[in-house]
Amino acid sequence: MSSTTRRDFLKQSALASAGTILVGFQLPVFAKKQALVTDAFIRLELDGAVTLMMNHAEFGNGAYTSLSMMVAEELDLDWQTIKLEAAPTEQRYYSPLFGEYLTAGSVSTASSFMPMREAGARTRQLLLEAASIHFSAPISSLRTADSKVHHRDGRSVSYAALIAVVEANGLKPPEKAKLKNPEDFAVLGKPQRRIEAPEKVDGSAIFGSDIRFDDMLFASIVRPPVYGGFARDFDGTAALAVKGVVRVKKIDAGIAVLARDYWTAKKAAGLVTVSWEDGGNGGLSTKGYSVEYRELSNKPGLLAENIGRAEEIIAETEDGLVIESVYEMPYLAHATMEPMNCTAKLAGEHCEIWVGTQYQSNDRTVVAKMLGVPEENVVINRTLSGGTFGRRASKTADFVTDAVQAASGENVPVQVIWSREEDIRGGHYRPQFIHRLKGVLDNEGYPLAWHQTVVGKSIMQNTKHDPAYMVRGMDIYSLDGCLQEPFGVFPYGTSYEIPNHRIESHNPPKTGVRPHEWRAVGHTHTGIAYECFLDELADKGNKDPLDLRLHLSRKHTRMHNLLEKLKKVSNWEQPLAAGRGRGMAARVYSNSWIAQSVELTVDEDGSYSVDKVFCVVDCGFAVNPLGIQGQIEGGIMLGLNAVAYGAIDVVDGRVVQSNFHDYRPLRMHQMPEVEIHIMPSELPPTGVGEQSTTPIAPAIGNAIFNATGKRVRDFPLDRQGFVLKG
Amino acid sequence: MFKLDVNGQQVTVDCSEDTPLLWVLRDHLRLTGTKFGCGIGQCGACTVHIDSQPVRACMIPIEKAQGRNVRTIESLKCDDNFSVVQTAWLEEDVAQCGYCQSGQIMAATALLEKNPDPDEEAINEAMSGHICRCGTYPRIRLAIKRASNQLARGES
Repeated sequence: MSSTTRRDFLKQSALASAGTILVGFQLPVFAKKQALVTDAFIRLELDGAVTLMMNHAEFGNGAYTSLSMMVAEELDLDWQTIKLEAAPTEQRYYSPLFGEYLTAGSVSTASSFMPMREAGARTRQLLLEAASIHFSAPISSLRTADSKVHHRDGRSVSYAALIAVVEANGLKPPEKAKLKNPEDFAVLGKPQRRIEAPEKVDGSAIFGSDIRFDDMLFASIVRPPVYGGFARDFDGTAALAVKGVVRVKKIDAGIAVLARDYWTAKKAAGLVTVSWEDGGNGGLSTKGYSVEYRELSNKPGLLAENIGRAEEIIAETEDGLVIESVYEMPYLAHATMEPMNCTAKLAGEHCEIWVGTQYQSNDRTVVAKMLGVPEENVVINRTLSGGTFGRRASKTADFVTDAVQAASGENVPVQVIWSREEDIRGGHYRPQFIHRLKGVLDNEGYPLAWHQTVVGKSIMQNTKHDPAYMVRGMDIYSLDGCLQEPFGVFPYGTSYEIPNHRIESHNPPKTGVRPHEWRAVGHTHTGIAYECFLDELADKGNKDPLDLRLHLSRKHTRMHNLLEKLKKVSNWEQPLAAGRGRGMAARVYSNSWIAQSVELTVDEDGSYSVDKVFCVVDCGFAVNPLGIQGQIEGGIMLGLNAVAYGAIDVVDGRVVQSNFHDYRPLRMHQMPEVEIHIMPSELPPTGVGEQSTTPIAPAIGNAIFNATGKRVRDFPLDRQGFVLKG
Repeated sequence: MFKLDVNGQQVTVDCSEDTPLLWVLRDHLRLTGTKFGCGIGQCGACTVHIDSQPVRACMIPIEKAQGRNVRTIESLKCDDNFSVVQTAWLEEDVAQCGYCQSGQIMAATALLEKNPDPDEEAINEAMSGHICRCGTYPRIRLAIKRASNQLARGES
């Protein structure tokens, strides 16, 4: 086989890749000599490397690349000189948006856009001043490029060589420095390959489960068969007799078996006998939730939004003219490729943790409280994560506390790895939801009144996010995507205008199966209910679904333009052959607008293939078009997967699904062709990671209706006779 | 004690005979590029080559790997050189979280070694056992085609 060297590859790629990513080191970072720390985010090394501190987690989202691009742009860095380090759990690295060290909400790029550029610009100004001394020349005769300062006479000096000048002259970076004009951007807005990709193709990337120490132990946990149950007593004699097993102990999550390697721990875990308590959850069932929620959806809920007189109009309309539907969406597991895991070492009053996490400030707080030690005694080294989709932003830090408890008393690092079965069964899930919708059309067939009652567990209630998301007793997080007007933390409504619009909310008790964020959160169910019911109204009113949305969004320019674009690029009006169907949906999530249309083919037996997806997105200034494209393809895959197959069922308190044979992932041959159009924009950048997951599910439901005349309202589709081929 | 050839080196491992090759690689030999995804041969994250055939390391007890040639993702680079497949993966910017990519690349490498010019069906056949939850499938397909073209050029 012919091959290229890494260096050749870097050379031949217009957009090359950078160096090694280091797992974070809490203390030594700024104590390092022979390096110049110019900013919380930037450290110039004497060897020419420029280390950037990454204060957002990398789990496939592309944060490391886009953050690096921002600094590289303003500091005119040679991309190959960049090294990355996971920033420690210090206040200065917390998200200015959340006030916590949290990577979530598809806001990494948006919230870092100014801070990271400013960091780069300030350091650049400092280096220009140093170079001015070095060359005895005015700054106006200097320019920066490729990690060097160039004099107009042709001389140049590397940033590394200027470290001594900065130090000798006691120079400090200015508080403010001028940012580049967007028309001068050489990096931002240009397709940039993933910065950490080289480590991900040669096996050297370090994920949480790849942490290795000579003296470490591996642990497997025997978990209660009933969700939320706990161990009363256990007998670990047989497990301890297995060669290589070191300890069997009770922790909050169950019984931990510690051994020299994971396989031994896992095998021995099967030999532990436990007497379990079911925690009162032995009667739990998702079917039971379904019955309960359907009943609730008929009762008045807390009033979230009431525009006009929706309730009255519907009451005044004769029965046959009120359109009414109930949509039901099941629990969903995240099923990240890398199962949950964490490595912890306890020594005296100190605890060190290695973990792929989205939420390290919370992990630290939870662990410090649990151990009764000051927060600074808990050190978190963040690794790469093998996917999260929200799972690794655990409010209970569950996968972290497992490892800390397992490591208690061991004095060596202990790595807890969840099996796939534990991962699927012990998850925090996208909660089950029921939406009851009623609609009335006006004389021209346009929606006149809309009444939606949303029933499902609150994610935010009784958490530290309660104050921001619980409004008048209801969790507005679960309503995101069906409110027509801005509400609380959500600056945008649906971007549709229906003159009479009423939304009610029921958040049933938060007991039993734990609700959790799942890529796009509320939109994963509000999107389906809202956008499918809108199509039901379009059908009753004899309107084209896309034209109806154009009509409803005529006062909302960004949505309207997006829909016009979708209509054009997707050949919306071109007829399809019999058996084929087309459907679309559009959503506003976290300040980005996104619309998708799909074309699918349904056979007589209900089996179908998704042939093509068109996606148009308005995410403000597109920082990295290549990254955006990847995020959108990924979101479409995950959203399609969920609507096609995704469901977690609970029977008698036990989760039915256990692994990829019964919690089916989408596979390569089932992936549709995706065509993406990014709306040109000079507005500040906004997110795409979760946004892309939102329209695909309702678009599929609408396309199936278009192809077959059958409207699916209970998901996933494979339980309603529509099975994705393959 | 079990003896096997891993990436061209003779290694001896002290473990129980039922230990899957996956955990021998990851925990005993500390070759962590091969990943654990499901433990039941459903996801392909643990794919390695045994005697040039792609296999699921989670399903192969060490005693069955004894005396055979095991090749992992760590062996694809030669000195500092990326393989054709790895290079194609970089060019197409395939990886997102990256966790499944070792297995994907090992599968694609085995496919192209056997069939340097696979059609869509052959690609589907070779890759459908490999799950990517980030949805990098379109780019995996592009990368395989790119590598295939590169191989054709290299051989002409």
